[in-house]
Amino acid sequence: MIPTLRIDDLSVSFPRHGAAIAAVQDVSLEIAPSECVGIIGESGSGKTQVFMAAMGLLSKNAAASGSICFEGGELMRADAAALNRVRGSKLTMIFQDPMTSLAPHLAIGTQLAEVLVCHSGLSWRDAWNSAGRMLGRVRVPDPERRLHQYPHELSGGMRQRVMIGMSLLCEPTLVIADEPTSALDVTVQAQLIELLRAMRHEFGMALALISHDLGVVAGLADRILVMYAGRIVESARAAEIFSHARHPYTAEMLKCVPTLSGPRLARLPTLAGQPPQPGEISEGCAFAPRCPRVAARCRSERPLLTAAGAASVACHFPLPA
Amino acid sequence: MTEALLRVKDLCVGFGAHAVISDLSFELFDGETLGLVGESGSGKSTLARAILRLLRSAQGSVEWRGKDLLTCSAAELRAQRRDLQIVFQDPLSSLNPRMTVGDAIAEPLRIFEPGLSAHARALRVGAMLERVGLAAAMGARYPHEFSGGQCQRIGIARAMILNPKLLICDEPVSSLDMSIQGQIVNLLLDLQRDAGTSMLFISHNLAVVRHLSHRVLVMFSGKLVEIATPDALFAAPRHPYTKALLAAVPKIEIEAKGAAAPLRVEEPPAAGRPGGCAYRDRCPYAWPVCASTVPPLAEAATGHWVACHRSHETLIPLSFPT
Repeated sequence: MIPTLRIDDLSVSFPRHGAAIAAVQDVSLEIAPSECVGIIGESGSGKTQVFMAAMGLLSKNAAASGSICFEGGELMRADAAALNRVRGSKLTMIFQDPMTSLAPHLAIGTQLAEVLVCHSGLSWRDAWNSAGRMLGRVRVPDPERRLHQYPHELSGGMRQRVMIGMSLLCEPTLVIADEPTSALDVTVQAQLIELLRAMRHEFGMALALISHDLGVVAGLADRILVMYAGRIVESARAAEIFSHARHPYTAEMLKCVPTLSGPRLARLPTLAGQPPQPGEISEGCAFAPRCPRVAARCRSERPLLTAAGAASVACHFPLPA
Repeated sequence: MTEALLRVKDLCVGFGAHAVISDLSFELFDGETLGLVGESGSGKSTLARAILRLLRSAQGSVEWRGKDLLTCSAAELRAQRRDLQIVFQDPLSSLNPRMTVGDAIAEPLRIFEPGLSAHARALRVGAMLERVGLAAAMGARYPHEFSGGQCQRIGIARAMILNPKLLICDEPVSSLDMSIQGQIVNLLLDLQRDAGTSMLFISHNLAVVRHLSHRVLVMFSGKLVEIATPDALFAAPRHPYTKALLAAVPKIEIEAKGAAAPLRVEEPPAAGRPGGCAYRDRCPYAWPVCASTVPPLAEAATGHWVACHRSHETLIPLSFPT
């Protein structure tokens, strides 16, 4: 079976003061058809840049190497015309802020219909009607009226529903959702997680869900990738990672999530120290300065992502399964 | 923790015909941390600004140590403000990009302690920077040279340098990563313990509020709907909105998947809709009375107040009729 997305040895760097600052280093991953993969990590861990590279949306000064295959076709060295055949139709992306990713001066219907006119060759009339049906499918109340409205007339949650609808118009095989609920209230967030779950069921697309919120990812993902300092440090089934994290970073992160039940704490658990600055080069493991299990070897030799049971972990001394 | 430091009474804030806060009353005690939760548009930040009289349109009274901040003279207000400080959500945009962070932290001292020598001021600023976990020498740098978490430490240093009696934190950790959030919350807790500061902590992160608050106030559509200790509120929420809010928090435990209450997909109601309970359009328990009469805030158990006509019937936590 051909994976929907296959990334091999992807590295992305940005020039600064004459040096190349690595944002993503040797990332390899696969997303199978209909699979939901959650990508978690802190800001600066490179999780967004991996998928910006897949979408051909890296900023102009970025240097990328490696291979990105979407349904067997190489995207890395593809020209804009080839990219545009898949981007926005079979491979789509939802961004964090639905206000800035919708054009403020165009009606919702125009923005949705345009996708179908460009990618599916529909007439404007047909495209407009399909857009209305799509708004209904993403549970936007009163879709016909909404088509004529502008983004500022919609709440944040409704705008994100419109974005999700737009991403699904051409029946994509992979939707990349980058922090789709982070700007929204917890009640609206819960509705959107529910919607994404329903859409996966209805459309059968694969979903790459990027988030720093473990709870959001836990509710949806089949498999989870944890990124730290530009590299994947752990990959495992969702149920596995929350019950038996193997990488000390994953385990420490999980301890930091404040709970809604159990005893109340006088102080919140924290992860000591800071993630490495971009461009800070270390011989060994990037997590070593903050790691409770650190040993001499961690500071001199970088651990590679290796299979450990059903999971993969990049650690010399992983936690027992 | 028996004396009320701040007594907000019948506070109403409206922008034009639009009521953002209506008839809100609560007390904040000396040394207490009061958590304030609610969705965007519920009036949390407006409440913070109204208390500090950063808004003109507030009515009612905000009694601060016996003085009404809403009606006192400008000179009196200014004198009280050294004891009332605020930390904002976005740490970078609340610092002047053209001012060194040392100058930004020193500014309150220049205003309220003008007799202080430049040397003494520099020592206070340096000590404060170290107190919030930064190096004293960092005072010479500019805001853009710091990370989000560090900027928030600077914002806290600026707010705490005068040893205020009340610190209002408006979503202080919402823009920060999970591992940094805990560090900032712990810093606030340490400073509060050392200086005896009371805190109004506004956040949409219910879990954070639960751990650090003595009491939690829930707002919906400009109204107080429930107030209780975190133990009571989180174990046995009484207002249907509080229940929906708690049920909506994504859980890490996989087995909890799909157990969340079904939330209706509806736009939030226009604030200040006349008559009845503001939550009735979304409430699974709404009755005819909910549309006609505003539910009064009533004490359901000792110290546990709730504004719901049906709260006594909805004691079973987190379960919704389907």
